[in-house]
Amino acid sequence: MMETILALIFGALTAMVPVVLTSVGAAVSERAGIVNIGYEGILLMSAFFGAMFAEMSGNPWIGLLGGAFVGMLLGMLHGFITVYLKGDHVIPGIGVNLLALGVVAFGLPAYWGTAGQHVVPNTVRIEPIISLAQGISLSPMVIVTILITLVTHWVLFRTPLGLRIRAVGENPEAADALGLNVEKYRFLATVYGAVLAGIGGAYMSVDWLGTVTKTVSNGRGFIALANMVFSGWNPLRALGGGFMFGFFDYLSSWVATNPSIKQVIPEQFIATLPYIVTLIVVSGIIGKVRAPKADGKPYKRE
Amino acid sequence: MKNTKSLMKPFVESLAAILIGLIVGALILIFSGYNPVEAYLALFGEAFTVDGFARALAEATPIILTALTFALGARTGLFNIGGEGTVYFGAIMAIVLTNVWGNVLMGILGGILAGAVWMAIPAVLKVVRGVNEVVSTIMLNWIAWNVGLYLLLRLQDPKSAYKTISVPEGARLPLLVSKSELSIAFILAVLVAVLAYYLLWHTTLGYELRVSGLNESAARYGGINPKKAVMWSFIIGGITSGLAGALEVMGKPPSYAITQGLGNVYGYGFDGIGVALVGRNHPLGVILSGIFFGMLKAGATAMQFEADVPLEMVKVVQGVIIVAVAIPGILDLLRKVVRK
Repeated sequence: MMETILALIFGALTAMVPVVLTSVGAAVSERAGIVNIGYEGILLMSAFFGAMFAEMSGNPWIGLLGGAFVGMLLGMLHGFITVYLKGDHVIPGIGVNLLALGVVAFGLPAYWGTAGQHVVPNTVRIEPIISLAQGISLSPMVIVTILITLVTHWVLFRTPLGLRIRAVGENPEAADALGLNVEKYRFLATVYGAVLAGIGGAYMSVDWLGTVTKTVSNGRGFIALANMVFSGWNPLRALGGGFMFGFFDYLSSWVATNPSIKQVIPEQFIATLPYIVTLIVVSGIIGKVRAPKADGKPYKRE
Repeated sequence: MKNTKSLMKPFVESLAAILIGLIVGALILIFSGYNPVEAYLALFGEAFTVDGFARALAEATPIILTALTFALGARTGLFNIGGEGTVYFGAIMAIVLTNVWGNVLMGILGGILAGAVWMAIPAVLKVVRGVNEVVSTIMLNWIAWNVGLYLLLRLQDPKSAYKTISVPEGARLPLLVSKSELSIAFILAVLVAVLAYYLLWHTTLGYELRVSGLNESAARYGGINPKKAVMWSFIIGGITSGLAGALEVMGKPPSYAITQGLGNVYGYGFDGIGVALVGRNHPLGVILSGIFFGMLKAGATAMQFEADVPLEMVKVVQGVIIVAVAIPGILDLLRKVVRK
């Protein structure tokens, strides 16, 4: 019994990492006024390239850096289009999500010669810091994720930099009048969000799941966006929400390996749990939270 | 001729986006060690054969319909990404209904009903609870995927492990070119797009949809209920992508069924988003860009066969095209690059 509870808690912590990192990054980006729905694609592509970098260097941490790098490039692309060219915020995100489907489906056979699934060798996967029993272990990335969340929260709400980020997302005209470079802060916030998602993506392939498939991101980029809304664009609350989603995410895969439960409820129905929970949470909570005022609106200097 | 000019600009802009997609695709091909000229010759050469052209139009059929889902949404100010899941249910319902009553109409009705009902969920969530449709439709796509897989098992063909039971012969759509995959479904899809055009620009409901998309408060001021517009936009959009699924199983030999893992109905909703964006969310533009994306899909297999390039390359090109579509003033940008 105790072991089952521990397995569920550790599993939830393990599964929350990509969702929390992406939610926290997305919260910073949207606090600065930039909507990016391309995180699903960033997770997917950085999972692919993260594994590639890890295997080339023989070091999983280089893989995580590689994922962050891919995130950075995609964040710069998004920031360039939305911040500097004043383009639509949603369309490039859709494009990146579609692009990721193509890049990974193309890359799997082109690079590893496999069409379905590439298994990352154990030698380039991150060692858990705690390992209690088979399947009950904790990655150092869980700690890193919590630290990143705390620091981001502190910077966003307790420092002048955070105040500026929030100002350009709430009232860019006023921020501009005060002499802030609206475009610079918006661009950097977007890139920061994408970098965190990039780390989250690489974490899936070189740490948690240890595989790259065409659908390895499994909608987690979108769950992260839902979690960000649910948390009211607040990193600390996103950590709590992410743990909850991680719990259902882990629960659905746990049930899938548990024949006695599978007999009662078909596994396909269990697999819908994280998505249904997301829907319920988002429809139950909207109206109580408020998005940054200038969120998603291009800012053009008069 | 102010009108022709205002129509030409989005057309040329889409062409520019396509050009950027192809250039980036070529760079990735070179980087991955393939010959881009050989690959593109195989890719586009396919459409100049009778078989290839028939296949391009057959591939265009479902994505024209799913593109209408997104385009109708966009015209109402919505980003409706739920076409993907709707296609599955349209196809499943068409199989169920045609197997109970073996005729074409029941299959079409099944697709329409399934689409309208499934799309009513994000519509109600949006109107009643203010749920952002980007999040809700994506979640519903994943739910549809899993529920679809479950229903597939219930509809398993006892004689074949890789597909569901087939649409009975009496409910199959007649082929336009014998021994091809091109059925009358293509004409139906084009017809639906023309109807959507008529609806948007020549009916009161269409006017209401477009006005609420342009400016919600102006719509309300003008006595239009934006909530009603949102409901209709979702439901009509659901009908077109539900129909896409139904026509896919009723009009595509040889299976006339859903293959294992939703294989032959997967991805049309996502492709439709690209088709809609390149078609500038205009139903008639959607027909043209649908045929273009159909050509890409039909040519992808030829490219894999002749140039040994994985057919997924086409998806990369599609993704880049969409990102490029989002760039405002793309023509000026290209002009600057060319001058340098």
